[in-house]
Amino acid sequence: MQFMLLFSRQGKLRLQKWYVPLSDKEKKKITRELVQTVLARKPKMCSFLEWRDLKIVYKRYASLYFCCAIENQDNELITLEIIHRYVELLDKYFGSVCELDIIFNFEKAYFILDEFLLGGEAQETSKKNVLKAIEQADLLQEEAETPRSVLEEIGLT
Amino acid sequence: MALKIVKGSIDRIFDKNLQDLVRGIRNHKEDEAKYISTCIDEIKQELKQDNIAVKANAVCKLTYLQMLGYDVSWAAFNIVEVMSSSKFTYKRIGYLAASQCFHEGTDVIMLTTNQIRKDLSSPSQYDTGVALTGLSCFVTPDLARDLANDIMTLMSHTKPYIRKKAVLIMYKVFLKYPESLRPAFPRLKEKLEDPDPGVQSAAVNVICELARRNPKNYLSLAPLFFKLMTSSTNNWVLIKIIKLFGALTPLEPRLGKKLIEPLTNLIHSTSAMSLLYECVNTVIAVLISLSSGMPNHSASIQLCVQKLRILIEDSDQNLKYLGLLAMSKILKTHPKSVQSHKDLILQCLDDKDESIRLRALDLLYGMVSKKNLMEIVKKLMLHVDKAEGTTYRDELLTKIIDICSQSNYQYITNFEWYISILVELTRLEGTRHGHLIASQMLDVAIRVKAIRGFAVAQMATLLDNAHLLTGNAQRNGICEVLYAAAWICGEFSEHLEDPLHTLEAMLRPRVATLPGHIQAVYVQNAAKLFAAVLCGQEGAPADSQTAQETSQLLIDRLPLFVQSADLEVQERASCVLQLVKYIEKLQQKQVEVGEEVTALFTGELNPVAPKAQKKVPVPEGLDLDAWINEPPSESESEDEKPRAVFTEEEPRHSRQRHPEADEKELARRREARKQEQANNPFYIKASPTSQKGYQDAPGVDHIPVVQIDLSVPLKVPGMSTSDQYVKMEEERRQKNKADKKKKEKKKKREKRGRGRKGDSGPESEEEDITPAHMVDIVTEEMPENALPSDDDDKDPNDPYRALDIDLDKPLADTEKLPVRTHRPPEALKSPGDEGGGVSEEPKKKSKKEHREKERKERKKSKEDKKKKKHKRDRGEEPEEAPPEEPVQSEIIEVAAPPSTTSVEASDLDFWLSTAPAAPKTQEAEPAAAAPDSAPDAGPDVAPPMSNYSLLAENSYIKMMCDIQGNLQDGSQVVVSIIFENKSDSFLKSMEFNVLDSLNAKLQRPEGAGPHDGLTVPFQLPPGVSNEARFVFSVQSIIMPQKLKGTLTFIVKSEDSSTHEKLDFKLHFTCSSYLITTPCYSDAFAKLLESGELKGSSLRLEGVSMPFHHLLARICFHHHFSVVERIDSCASMYSRSIQGHHVCLLVKSADQTVSIDARCDETSLLGNVLDEIKLTFSQC
Repeated sequence: MQFMLLFSRQGKLRLQKWYVPLSDKEKKKITRELVQTVLARKPKMCSFLEWRDLKIVYKRYASLYFCCAIENQDNELITLEIIHRYVELLDKYFGSVCELDIIFNFEKAYFILDEFLLGGEAQETSKKNVLKAIEQADLLQEEAETPRSVLEEIGLT
Repeated sequence: MALKIVKGSIDRIFDKNLQDLVRGIRNHKEDEAKYISTCIDEIKQELKQDNIAVKANAVCKLTYLQMLGYDVSWAAFNIVEVMSSSKFTYKRIGYLAASQCFHEGTDVIMLTTNQIRKDLSSPSQYDTGVALTGLSCFVTPDLARDLANDIMTLMSHTKPYIRKKAVLIMYKVFLKYPESLRPAFPRLKEKLEDPDPGVQSAAVNVICELARRNPKNYLSLAPLFFKLMTSSTNNWVLIKIIKLFGALTPLEPRLGKKLIEPLTNLIHSTSAMSLLYECVNTVIAVLISLSSGMPNHSASIQLCVQKLRILIEDSDQNLKYLGLLAMSKILKTHPKSVQSHKDLILQCLDDKDESIRLRALDLLYGMVSKKNLMEIVKKLMLHVDKAEGTTYRDELLTKIIDICSQSNYQYITNFEWYISILVELTRLEGTRHGHLIASQMLDVAIRVKAIRGFAVAQMATLLDNAHLLTGNAQRNGICEVLYAAAWICGEFSEHLEDPLHTLEAMLRPRVATLPGHIQAVYVQNAAKLFAAVLCGQEGAPADSQTAQETSQLLIDRLPLFVQSADLEVQERASCVLQLVKYIEKLQQKQVEVGEEVTALFTGELNPVAPKAQKKVPVPEGLDLDAWINEPPSESESEDEKPRAVFTEEEPRHSRQRHPEADEKELARRREARKQEQANNPFYIKASPTSQKGYQDAPGVDHIPVVQIDLSVPLKVPGMSTSDQYVKMEEERRQKNKADKKKKEKKKKREKRGRGRKGDSGPESEEEDITPAHMVDIVTEEMPENALPSDDDDKDPNDPYRALDIDLDKPLADTEKLPVRTHRPPEALKSPGDEGGGVSEEPKKKSKKEHREKERKERKKSKEDKKKKKHKRDRGEEPEEAPPEEPVQSEIIEVAAPPSTTSVEASDLDFWLSTAPAAPKTQEAEPAAAAPDSAPDAGPDVAPPMSNYSLLAENSYIKMMCDIQGNLQDGSQVVVSIIFENKSDSFLKSMEFNVLDSLNAKLQRPEGAGPHDGLTVPFQLPPGVSNEARFVFSVQSIIMPQKLKGTLTFIVKSEDSSTHEKLDFKLHFTCSSYLITTPCYSDAFAKLLESGELKGSSLRLEGVSMPFHHLLARICFHHHFSVVERIDSCASMYSRSIQGHHVCLLVKSADQTVSIDARCDETSLLGNVLDEIKLTFSQC
């Protein structure tokens, strides 16, 4: 997979993950172009389109579009499956996820994606394992955070 | 100080966190930019503070802003700061920010190397994980080089979580630092058999990605992947492996044959569409790679087509799309099977989804035949009328033209019909493809001589009705066809019925509104017509008046063109005008000028093949790259564009001697030339790609396309419609057929007894269709002695090309991953010794050996499978072992380099051939090979060898067997047996049975009793051999054991059949439970240090073979790998299928070999040592 984009029906980018090195300018250009093309497609159309020398696989979940770019020999259906898995993961993690969850916790959405895909390849196909890794990492984070309240930090306790 | 902290913390309370920022942005919809700029200012303040929590919060917000498109590159250093925080919370955010914001040009990346290295070796797996994830996004060549070794170590981490990530990221490292591929590959390969399925799947992913780019280097892994494919149940992994095989089969057709069966099984059994789709795709690839003369695969094709039909008929648009896509791949090689689904595909043309319609169009392209072309095009024309939206209509138009013109108009039987189709297409108002239609008209008119009369008549009508085409949208793309029409009428004016009328039509004032290049053609061809009029009327004195009137017409009308703003038009018009004025003078003097004027335009222009120019051989002594003048001075060219200081050297492209200076210029000229060719009717645009380039020419792009919806399709009056031709053609064919039938009946009567082919029905019918007129398609001209030229050079900028590396070659001394130098080098533990532990000389030699071996193998594959003698020239290898050595013949078979890869490589042939090659098994018997090859065979003459040893033999059958442990299942041993039929009779119903012991049992299918035999899944015709595998489950592997068994079979000769049997004894040695496992010296040292291993030792006296032969022998017979070797001392490692480590330290001095061994299982070790002893006592 070359990159993954999440954007809203209004064309606002919600998440982007690039697995190929590109300059910011190029990324912006691609994003703009793809958002336009995908949004222009009618709801009944198939989820694949050929774009430059890549294949774009996208799927709409509620108000969010999930859009992946894969190479020519890659399997479109498994890419749809990846998108679906990711949505399921988000759903499990946030508990019936909505667009706002992703907007306000965008770093979490990234962390989940990073546990699921690495370098554009699926690294863990078991949903349970991904969530377990995320939960444990979150735990680690909370342990580090909670014991030190602001007051403690100042030294007032 | 305290105050500062207080201040920082209080600030923190009032700081916006990410949620606040997001909320803020949502609340400031109107002045978002302004709000964000204040936020950025705040963030800048926050970043200045010492409190890492504040910084992390700021960086987190920046990451969000980065996504919104704001430049945050200025904060790169702060991101690095947050990355290096010791707290996981912040580190995580830092790495996330880095992975989103850093790219190759970010200079602070250099500073991160040590931090990342520290995180990679952190005791917390999540620290390591987060670093790996981040690295995968921003790895640069420098980082890849510096960290490759660290990541490689992580591939053997104890936690699968880390192993998995490390394996995946290696792919990125390879891409950035290709040198790391060879050193890291053995370990990567090892991970294919990792106990953790996630790691295994990661390794499959990486190797598949690598192999897809450069498949030939991975052929030797085919058996391993085959095994994985047949054993794995994970669809994700299966898809990858199947895709990999799709890439490998074109290189090795035998592999394809082996794949067909398991793949068709999967197609039948799987319920996952993605897997089904992948299987179908790979089966298609396999079938393409197999030669067409494989009739027995029609079943597989049929299966694929059937499955695809189901996909296409599905209501899911996605499946429909993919079905059509895959169908088009089959179409290329098996058009017949697809053509039978024409109905379905035509149906897809009506689909709501445009992308599906386009796919269906693609398919139609390949489905046409002489028989159905008219019908299909008729359907398409209907769609053209119905189509809403210009894009799709234009696509239809190009497809119609593509379909008709493909392979040199192969399928067109009636060119009158085609011309009328083209004329009908001119009705399309909004199209951008006027050019395309025009070039088709020109092409057909020029190359099909028989059609010129008809074409000219049609074009004349077009010219006459030009106002319909140009309409009010004068810059409409369709007016391009007038260019063609004018030219055709002018050039072939002899076919014109009324040249004067056409001439008049071409000089109407309205013409001046056309684009310049069309006017220019009008003017030029008006002159040609003028000549035709003069010539045609000449001789008849009454017509001299007509001639004068014609001249007058020109003199009246041409001044309009002389005033044209277009230079070309102006120039041509002036010339022609002066010429006509002169002629008029002559005419007034009653001079006959007709012939002379015609002489201006005589001579036929022949079409030139598109690549003709390129193929003109360069005359000897002409250097096209040499400067004709002195090259422009340095300073001048520097003014034009900055020169790169370090230009990359590309020795292969020696012709690009002056690329920097010339490339732009060349491109410009090429563009100009293309433009020129596009407008030149004598250039034939043969390939659809070149046509596409031509449509995209900048001249057309900017023309605004005005879409006009006409309720009534425009009809050019007086023009015959193509439908008429369809009808006529049908009638004609019917008649032809009737005639033919009469003739055939006669023939049939004669031929009846001979047995004609039954299925050639449609084909022969198709051949029967004769073109309406004798069509003579003028072929394109080529220069004499044209050179064949390669059309598609590989793209030199392909990033994957650097990874085209031979992985089977043993590692050279210089190939190791860079290691930090400040670490004190320790004799055994340093990972840097991995590749370099072995002293230089033997390494070199082994490389040589290998090369020699490869050469040998190639030779061998060319020759047949019979046993052959080794002939080699003595002078070739100076290092060759002295001939008086007593054990030469043995060495031949053991001298393979001690790496698993190469053993497998040589086994590939074996694996692929269904009938095992005899020489290998023969050579496994020392006695057979000894007398021939002994005298001068050195270590380098190792023939491909195998472990197969004789199991049992009688006059009917010979059994050779090889016993190997199964890495994936610690309790399984696989016995591969080659059955060779030595008799002249047919052997069938072979049954293999073994008397199970308590410890080892033959695995029988479910439901079979413990004493039932296994049926060997094949029969053996005389002289044929084949291989079968049997799986045994073994409980304890610490003792060797023998199992008694019997093979029963029926010998069937022509008149009788007898029951025979053959007893054998399967000997499971302890060595056969060992699996060659590479081990790195650091891991090896750790193992020894751990103190869990028990020792034992062995002394061998009177071993006179060279040390490396000795090592090779241990490697080969006992499945060890060399960890490290220093002079005549080496450490070796192997692992049992149940995970016992076996370490050897082998020393050799004065014909005495001492082996110190350690293993966590004493009796296993003792047995292995005994077996080693036995091996050497047999010398």
